[in-house]
Formats: sequence, structure tokens, C-alpha cells
Amino acid sequence: MPDALEKEAVPTAGGPATVAVVEAGPAPGRARSLWSDAWRDLRRKPTFVIPAFVIALLLVMAAFPGWFTSVSPREADLANNFLREPELTHFFSPEWLGYNQQGQSIYARMIYGTRASIVIGISVTALVLVFGSLVGMLAGYFGGWIDGLLSRVIDIFLGIPFLLGAMVVLVSFDTRTEWTVILALAFLGWTTIARVMRGSVISIKQSDYVVAARSLGAGTWRILLRHVLPNAAAPVIVVAMIALGGYITAEAVLSFLGIGLTEPAISWGGDINRAGGQIRTASFLLLYPSLLLGITILSFLMLGDAVRDALDPKLR
Amino acid sequence: MSIEMTKAETPGVPLLEVRDLHVEFRTREGAAKAVNGVSYSVDAGETLAVLGESGSGKSVTAQTIMGILDTPPGRVTGGQILYRGEDLLTLPEEARRRVRGDKIAMIFQDALSALNPVLTVGNQLGEMFRVHRGFSRKAAKAKAVELMDRVRIPAAKERVNDYPHQFSGGMRQRIMIAMALALEPDVIIADEPTTALDVTVQAQVMDLLAELQRDFHMGLILITHDLGVVADVADKIAVMYAGRIVENAPVHELYKRPAHPYTRGLLDSIPRLDHKGKELYAIKGLPPSLTAIPSGCAFNPRCAMAQDICRTDVPAQVDVTERDGSPLGGRSSACHFWKETIHG
Amino acid sequence: MGRYVARRLLQMIPVFIGSTFIIFMMMYALPGDPIRALWGERAPDHAQMAAMREELGLNDHILKQYWDYLLGLLQGDFGTQIRSRREVTEVIGDALPATLRLTVMAFSIIVVVGIGLGLVAGLRAGRKTDTAILFVTLLLISLPVFVIGYLYQTYPGQQWGWITPVVQDSENWGDLLLPALALASLSLAYVARLTRSSIVENRRADYMRTAKAKGLTRTRAVRVHLLRNSLIPVVTFLGVNLGELMTGAIVTEGIFNIHGIGRLVYSALNEREGATVVGVVSFVIVVYLVVALIVDLLYAVLDPRIRYA
Repeated sequence: MPDALEKEAVPTAGGPATVAVVEAGPAPGRARSLWSDAWRDLRRKPTFVIPAFVIALLLVMAAFPGWFTSVSPREADLANNFLREPELTHFFSPEWLGYNQQGQSIYARMIYGTRASIVIGISVTALVLVFGSLVGMLAGYFGGWIDGLLSRVIDIFLGIPFLLGAMVVLVSFDTRTEWTVILALAFLGWTTIARVMRGSVISIKQSDYVVAARSLGAGTWRILLRHVLPNAAAPVIVVAMIALGGYITAEAVLSFLGIGLTEPAISWGGDINRAGGQIRTASFLLLYPSLLLGITILSFLMLGDAVRDALDPKLR
Repeated sequence: MSIEMTKAETPGVPLLEVRDLHVEFRTREGAAKAVNGVSYSVDAGETLAVLGESGSGKSVTAQTIMGILDTPPGRVTGGQILYRGEDLLTLPEEARRRVRGDKIAMIFQDALSALNPVLTVGNQLGEMFRVHRGFSRKAAKAKAVELMDRVRIPAAKERVNDYPHQFSGGMRQRIMIAMALALEPDVIIADEPTTALDVTVQAQVMDLLAELQRDFHMGLILITHDLGVVADVADKIAVMYAGRIVENAPVHELYKRPAHPYTRGLLDSIPRLDHKGKELYAIKGLPPSLTAIPSGCAFNPRCAMAQDICRTDVPAQVDVTERDGSPLGGRSSACHFWKETIHG
Repeated sequence: MGRYVARRLLQMIPVFIGSTFIIFMMMYALPGDPIRALWGERAPDHAQMAAMREELGLNDHILKQYWDYLLGLLQGDFGTQIRSRREVTEVIGDALPATLRLTVMAFSIIVVVGIGLGLVAGLRAGRKTDTAILFVTLLLISLPVFVIGYLYQTYPGQQWGWITPVVQDSENWGDLLLPALALASLSLAYVARLTRSSIVENRRADYMRTAKAKGLTRTRAVRVHLLRNSLIPVVTFLGVNLGELMTGAIVTEGIFNIHGIGRLVYSALNEREGATVVGVVSFVIVVYLVVALIVDLLYAVLDPRIRYA
């Protein structure tokens, strides 16, 4: 089927033929072949396959932490395990990466900490995608006073420093769960997507196939959903993927500052913060969680980069 | 080096001569043979038109002469480029750089993208004098105004501080010409200089180019795919197909009696008033992929006259003669059946 | 140009009011009580609390409070710190020089090292140097600023003893080098990558071929023709980034013990010092908006195709 769609998308000379092709829906066709081209490109590239594999692993870790370690991350044995050095040859055992100042297994805490980072990163991205796309699409497609108003709102939110704003929101709550953090980050973060979507929609609105569809009397919602959205999606999704890494960083920084997740939630940022005090005596406390955090962020960034390169026809 | 000194023409040695040039490009599908043994020459005061479709290797040859070919992926695999008898391909890069712009200059097709968008035209014209002649900023600017006057840009003094996007297409191409002309080079290579322009402006720019060429007694290599453009200005024509020259001829001879089926196809596909109402002739098929050039004569799959020999043997470039064997000056063709083409 | 600047300045007013309003509402309308926080764990004196509320106008309707605050801002009055009873402008004034020095230093590092690395990588695209630089930038991007801060503090600071790990004197530029490097890391990596891709794209541009055909040396072609065109998107990024650097200073200042704006707002947040927080954020917003305008104007200088009417 993709082949047939591609053929329809080829511009034909002569007026009536073009119109017929437009009615057949070249916009989704173009978008779909763009994605399938990208996919064909991506699955051969190590810069895509490796981060995709790491992310899959992280997702499994977040969903089923019990598969990776037998001990509880909260189980503390101060008597035997206080700041016990790592046993680097005991792979995947509780003592593998050492114990912290409460006598808890660092390895177990790293495994269980994955969930907070992943859940927050993905949820914020999902919320931001839905809300930001909606606002951006409305502003870009309708223009006029709607655009004027929405653009001002976007400007206002862009004016607030992201991390500082999130801190102001979060500090008001005494106990902060994953959802508090998600909502705070999404509240301040949607503007990035909205702006990209607005720009993308404005350029697509002027393209021939949308003009043609409109001149044939297609309804606004039909045009938006069938023609504009599929074609505007690519840059928005790429920006969202790269932003995902940023949200994970933000959560870690907030937890590090003590304004993110509160106990008993387990977060890499919080653990790294507590490790900071022991930096001279037990640097392993800091090293391993930081490493995993770095790998996680790196994977999402690389994935976004690879997808962007694959979707950008200019770079081919 | 001798290149810097000799201005006087040595008799018998062409001003610029390309000899059996071969250029390849590395691609994913293997080596693309863009230029396969091209030879041509141009003398002072002479205009050579190189005619061919896109992908025929005419622009690649020009870029190789200039030494601005991207390497990699491009690679010169054989041949010589002789400027006043000296092979440019063997010169060290620094000596070669000094030839560029000074002795041999180039005019590009799309002046809007070929000019730097963020620098004033005066700056870009003056740069020639600053780099090659060591002029001061002020003197270079005065020269730029002079040049703009020379190519008849109105109000040159004021416009010298404008940016490329502030000029019309025709005016921008005049600036490109002025830039090529700046140091009064011996040879100018013009790569489709009027293709990007409106039809009404094309003639003006072409006339200007021809006039300047006469005044400065330069050699001009005019690269084009448009037979109409070359008729009035060129002295001789080299027709290229798939990286080879298929026919050489003085311009009017070629129009009257083509000696290669490809040339004849090109001439027949020009719309003519006296053929109004009749279907326009088109050469069937598409130019070959440069990674898979047909064996024998590269044109054979599209040629109505093709025989078995055309699919096996590469035709040599042979001198074209009259029916009785008397020589036709400066004419050659790379076709097994050139006699049938020109006389039959 | 003058009219454009005037229009942009006018447009800033609603944005400024909107942004400060949101911050103000978040600070005061959400749960948490700055007056109660003054007593900490101790039992509060209710009469005294009521008196303080009255004095600071905290009993007024929230919108009235914001209106009063906005009127104050217009006269350059950012409010009063609850604990010390000092003017917020004065408190900011004390903390600002350290942050300013830190930011300026980090910004210089970003510009010089970021653009430098990007240029080298772009000109050697696809070769080993390029791969190495891309790898380093990825590393810097994937490590959050606090991890980088600790790493810098641990290795060159404590283990190898090259530089003082903690800032004793924020007026000493040498002391600020480590924190400035930590603060600069992320943006430096982005600037390098952006410069690289911009160089790679422009390197193939037609005007670069023209430059070569004109017989320019490679150095001149890069310096005069390539660099200027390639830096246009980088300048935009740098402008947006300056505001974010000030936020990033919160973490860096904490790790390296610098008494600047970051430390100030961090402790104010924990003590629910509304006036200080809103004051600092308003200040950062003003910086952010002004820098954005300057960048837009600079953009027009760099790219003559852009005209503001």
C-alpha cells in the first residue's frame, strides 16, 4: 500500500488531475512515506539502534524493577553495610555497586530510581505534546486575533525561566509525588512544542495541497486532521523527543536541589544530592547513579537526533 | 612561474586546452564517470560553446578547469588542462589559487546563491583586488564602482553598498560578470549564465557578455543547454553527451548540417514558427545514469539509427569531410554513421 | 529601526506583566505560609503573625496585592524581605556582582570554546577530530550540571589540586573558573553542535564555491565568507541562553558555595520568602526580555536580508 500512496503523491501536470490527486489525500501519503523512509533509514543506523535498545531496557527496568534485583531499595542495614565499598565483580548482586550511608544497596536504588525518571520524562512529554500541539495548531491555522492572543500567552510563559518557575511551583507542596512534578514541568514546558507546531502549521497552511483542499470545500477540522497534522507532526515529535531528555534532567536537578520528589520516593537526583556530602570519602555513591542518569539522558537525546536526521530530507 | 609572466601569445599553443580529461565521482552505487575523455580548446577572442543536457559533464569539466571541484567525492583520473601550454593539474595548490579569478574566471548560473548574502556587492567585488592585487579597502571600493559602471549598473556609486538581495536578477548577474571581469582574465568560463533569468533579460546579459569579451579580447567558454543562446555569440560548438564530446563544429555549420544523431535530435526539438501546429520532436528516452553508461556508443539506446556496432564499439572522434572527401574545417563527430547523418 | 525598537519595548510590557503575575500567583496562591515559616519548628505567636500579615498587606485580596506590587515595581520598588526587613533591591544588589561575574565568565567560555570547537568539527566533518568533538559534546549534554559540578570539584579541584574546589572569594576570577566551566558546559556543547551543523551546511553553499573560484585562500574564505553566515543561528541561541545561564547559576552556586543570586533565590524559596523570590524572578525576566531584543537587533546586523519596519 505505501507504494500506491507514494505514486499518488507525485505531482501530475495539468489542473484537473492535480485536484483529483489532492482529493485522494496526498498529505497523509506524503507524511506516511516520509515516516517509512525514515524508518528504513533508521533501523540500519547504530546511532538509532543502540539508544533505542537502552531505552527499551530502561522501560523494562521502570516497569519491573523486581526482575533486576532481589533486595528492596529501602532495606537498610547500617550495622553491616554502612558505606560498604562496591564489589565490582559481583554483577547484579546487591553489593555490586556498594552501599550508601544508610546501608542501602546502591544498585537496588538505581534500579528502582529508574521509574521516577522514566515516568516523569514520558508523562511530561505526552502532556506537553497534546496541549502544546493543540495551542500551536489553533494559533497557526486560524491566525488573526486567535494567533495574537495565543502567541502572547506563549510569550508570557516563555518569559518565565523554566527551572526557576518549576521550583516556585513545587516548593509550595510539602509532599511531592511524581504527579506534582509532572504537572509543574508540563505547566511551564508546553510553550516549546506550541511554538514549533505554530511555525510548522503556518508553512503547511500555505502549501498547495491545503489550498487545494480548502478550495474544494473541505471542512476546517477535516483539513486540520487529515492534511495539516500529519505533515506538521515530524518536527514537533523530534523536538519532543529531545525535550524528553531535558525533562529527565530537570527532574534530577529538582530532586538534587531537594525541591523535586520527596521521601519515600526514590530518585537518582535525590540520591546524588545525598552522595554529594560524601564526595571525598565515598565517590562511588555519586559515580554510579550519575552514570546511569547520564546514559538515560544521552539515549533519549541520541534517539531524537537520529530521528531528526532521518526525517530531514535536506540532510540526505 | 611562466604563468605569471607570459602575456604575449605563443603561436601554435592554444590559450586554454583540455586534453582527454577524465573525472569520476564516488557514489554509493559505485564510480560515476562524469567526464570520459573530453578535449577542447579556446583561443583569445574566441567563444566556445559547450552544449549538453544536465548530467552530460559540461559543468564538471568547467569546475575541473577552475579547480573548484569538490574532492572527494570528485576525482580527476586522467588528462591535462593546459593554460598557455602549462598543465594546471600538476601545479601546486598555491600557484593554482593565484590563477583562479586572475587568469581564468568563472560566472555561475544562479547569482543569488553564488553571491554571499551577508556582504555588500562592493565588498565582494573589491575582494578581488584586495586579495590578488593587495589594494587598500578604499581603492578596492573605487574599483568596484568602476566595474559596476562597466557592466552598466545604474547609480553604481550608491548601489555599491547594497546587498545582493537588493538587486534584480539581471543586475545580480551583471555583478557576477563584473566580478569575473575584475582582473581582466584571459579566459572566462560562463556556466549557464542566463538560465536563471527572465527571457527579456537573457538577451541583454548575453549581449553584454559578448561585448565585453570582444573588448577585452578574452577566451570565453560558454556552457549551456540552450541552442538558442549560443547561435549569435559562439564561434564554435562542442556537443557533450554522457561525459564525452560527440560533435565539434563551427556554429553555423552545426546548425545547417549536424553530423551526429544526438545533435540533430537537439536541433529538431527546438520549437519553430514555421512548424506551428505540428507535434514537437523529442529525443526518446532519458540520458543514461553515469554509473551505468551503455556499452558502445552511449547514445545508442536513444538513437533511431543505431546498429549492432553501436552497441559494442565506442565510436572514435573522426574528422568530418564533404561527400567527396574534401576537408570541412574544424568539424569532427563521434558517430559510426556520421556520413549517413550529415549527407544522407 | 527606532520604530521597531519602540514597538518591541511596548510588546514587552504585557509579557512582563503576565510573567510576573504567574510567578506572583504561584508564590502566594499556592499552599505554604511565609509568616508561619519564620517560626520554623517552634510554636508561632499568633498575635505577632497577624500583625505582620497586616503590615505586609498579606490580608488583602491576592489581586490587590499584585496590583500594589506592580505599582511598586514601576517605581523601582521590588518589595521588602520579610525576615530581614531589607529592601529586596538591596538584597539583589548585594548578590548580583558575584552572579554577574560568574555568568560573564561562563558566557565568554561558551562563546570562545563553543564556537571554536564547532568550527573545527565543522571544517573536519566526518573525520576523527569531528567524531571526538561530537562525542565530548554529547557527554557534556547528557550530564546534568550538578554531576559536572561535582566531577570538576572532585578531580581537578580536590584530587589533582589544580584549582581551588570551593570559591572563597567571589571577586577572584581564578576562584570562579571551575564553577564557570561547570555552568558553561551544557550551553558550550549546544553551541559547538549548532556551529558545527551550521558550518557543514554553509560549507557547501554556492557562495563558498564562488569564493574559491575567486582565488581566495582557504583561510580567507572561511573567515570572511563562511563564519559570518554560519554564526547567525548561533547568535540567536546565545541570546536565549543567557537567561537560562542565570537559572543554571542556582545549582552551580550551591555546589561551589558562591553567594550570588542563585543562592539567594534558593534559600528564599525554602523559607517561602515571597517578595525575594518574585523580585529575583522579575529581575531575571527583565534581563531575559532585554537580551532577546538585543539579539533580534544583532540578527539584523549580521543578516542584511532581515529588515525591521
